Amino acid sequence: MSAVFEQIFQVGFLAAIIRIATPLAFATLGEMFSERAGVLNLGIEGIMLLSAMAGFTAASLSGSLWLGVLVAVLVGALMGALHALFTVALGLSQHVCGIGVTLFSSGLAYFLYRLIFGQQSVPPSIDGFKPAPIPLFSDIPILGPAVFNQFTLVYLAIIAIPLAAFVLYRTPWGLSVRMVGENPRAADSAGVSVIATRFQAVILGGALMGLAGAFLTMAQFNAFTFGVVSGRGWVAIALVVFGRWDPWRSAGAALLFAFVDALQLRMQASGLGHIPYEAFLMLPFIFTIVAMAFMSRNAVAPSALLKPFRREER
Amino acid sequence: MFRLEARTSTPAWFNLALPLIAIAVTLVLCSGLIAMAGAGVIEAYGVMLSASLGDSYAITETLVRAAPMIFTGLAVAIAFRAKFWNIGAEGQLLAGAVASCAVGAIPMPGTLAMLLMALAGAAAGAIVALVPVMLRVKFKVDDVVSSLLLNSVIYYALMALIEGPWKDSFSGYPISPPIEDSANFPVLIEGTRLHLGVIVALIVAPLCWFLIARTTLGFRIRVTGENAEAARYGGINVQRVLISTALLSGALAGLAGVGEVGGVHFQVMSDISPGYGYSGIVVAMLARLNPLGVVPAAIFLAAVMTGAEAMSRATGVPAFLSDVIQGTALLAMLVALLFTAYRVRRVGATT
Repeated sequence: MSAVFEQIFQVGFLAAIIRIATPLAFATLGEMFSERAGVLNLGIEGIMLLSAMAGFTAASLSGSLWLGVLVAVLVGALMGALHALFTVALGLSQHVCGIGVTLFSSGLAYFLYRLIFGQQSVPPSIDGFKPAPIPLFSDIPILGPAVFNQFTLVYLAIIAIPLAAFVLYRTPWGLSVRMVGENPRAADSAGVSVIATRFQAVILGGALMGLAGAFLTMAQFNAFTFGVVSGRGWVAIALVVFGRWDPWRSAGAALLFAFVDALQLRMQASGLGHIPYEAFLMLPFIFTIVAMAFMSRNAVAPSALLKPFRREER
Repeated sequence: MFRLEARTSTPAWFNLALPLIAIAVTLVLCSGLIAMAGAGVIEAYGVMLSASLGDSYAITETLVRAAPMIFTGLAVAIAFRAKFWNIGAEGQLLAGAVASCAVGAIPMPGTLAMLLMALAGAAAGAIVALVPVMLRVKFKVDDVVSSLLLNSVIYYALMALIEGPWKDSFSGYPISPPIEDSANFPVLIEGTRLHLGVIVALIVAPLCWFLIARTTLGFRIRVTGENAEAARYGGINVQRVLISTALLSGALAGLAGVGEVGGVHFQVMSDISPGYGYSGIVVAMLARLNPLGVVPAAIFLAAVMTGAEAMSRATGVPAFLSDVIQGTALLAMLVALLFTAYRVRRVGATT
């Protein structure tokens, strides 16, 4: 048994957790911005998939990974705008529109991928991002190789967390976002444009989801497969609840989920062969459901979440 | 400038016109993708139509494919009526398939086997649907997220079964042992795959309509969905209504899996459902949550799916076009529904 534990908690474990947490952190922050403005975005799963595909394609055709990231972010923002058009401008059901955006985006991702790359027995891959160690810091024992010898996108995620908190709690725009998510009527009276602010928050959220998709196909797997997102978007929605709509707590939730996911990956690889690997694969999902059961009772969602705003209606 | 103005009443012909308009808009929008793939739009849609509804054999194939989506469409329509956001029809379908396959593999008289398969599948689906509704009622967990996450859990459980104890020890393929021959659903027309389950689906739809429109439970489901506060005030036990709705919805989705095992595949494999659970949401919305409308809506999506495969073979346009059509149709229908509540009014130049 101790051999198993040794194999699980080796040096690379912490690095794996941080790598797994990165796309989840982007996606969770994206969903959080959208929901803080009062818009649930169930399109997240499809938006991540389409961005992952678009970024991969751009990188693979142009040879530039950063161009791929840019394309993924733009596609994410565009799909965010589409979701906002339906739910904010037209005030349609956020639940059903989100599912619609997911079905549409994933269908489009499959279609375009097959159109561009054709049917191949081995999926085409790209030379993805390489770890970019930060001098001096990467020499720190344990923490150095885990945190400071990562992809640039990982550093970006680490910076994005305090940045998101700053934007949400310390800037006028962040105040507007929180206002339109809690009390749009009051925000409107105070001269804040509810529609514009919600649009901006959902688009920013979509861009962050795009970043999450970019990480999957350009740093984590270096290829696009139809199952590349495989429920990470849904998990992100749960993590926002778990993180009580706060950037720090949401990022912490992403880290906790990544720990469980990294743990199950190690357990699969270690000597626990008599347990089917699917049992480990479902572990993070069961963990998330159970965690939500513990957290949801006291979780206070933004008051205006799911509620469309129409100025003329009182 | 245009602006939306609240409508006081909706003309009756809207019920039929809206889905048709949504479908027409969808096909126009998606023709861009066909052109992008370098095929003729008219030709591609022509192949889709003739391959799905062109002759009697094609029609039976389309009906066979529509059956599971009638069940998942009904499951979603009834759940959404109560505002129980069941996005877990996919997992409930898989659970129904696994349970009915387990029962169907036991040797017993055919009629008994089919009956028990249906019961086991419906029960399995209902149990899976019980999880999100109990989490919502007891712990205030969002039902959308929990039912979505549960889909992955059920899928991995199915995979564990067919790659573990159920694995075909002879070929090594991850497929379950087949059900008994006597448990195979009878084929209704010689030379086709039109099986008993399709007829059952066509009968269950009007039964669901009756339940929603004409029974006390149906009334409670509708009131709960329209205004839970008023329902509570009127003495309706909202929690119990939600639980009943979930059980019913899950059972219907489970039956979708039963039909696939008993009538089409006769065993369980990893791709037994190409997303029929999610398509159920599209079907239910196109049907405007009316169980009677679920049948034509499911047949439409089935025609798109069967047609897309033939179109792909004939023109080289990826068959994934059918996925895009589904997503677009759902969004187009939502926009169309806006016109039942609002009308577009022209407002004087700049006010």
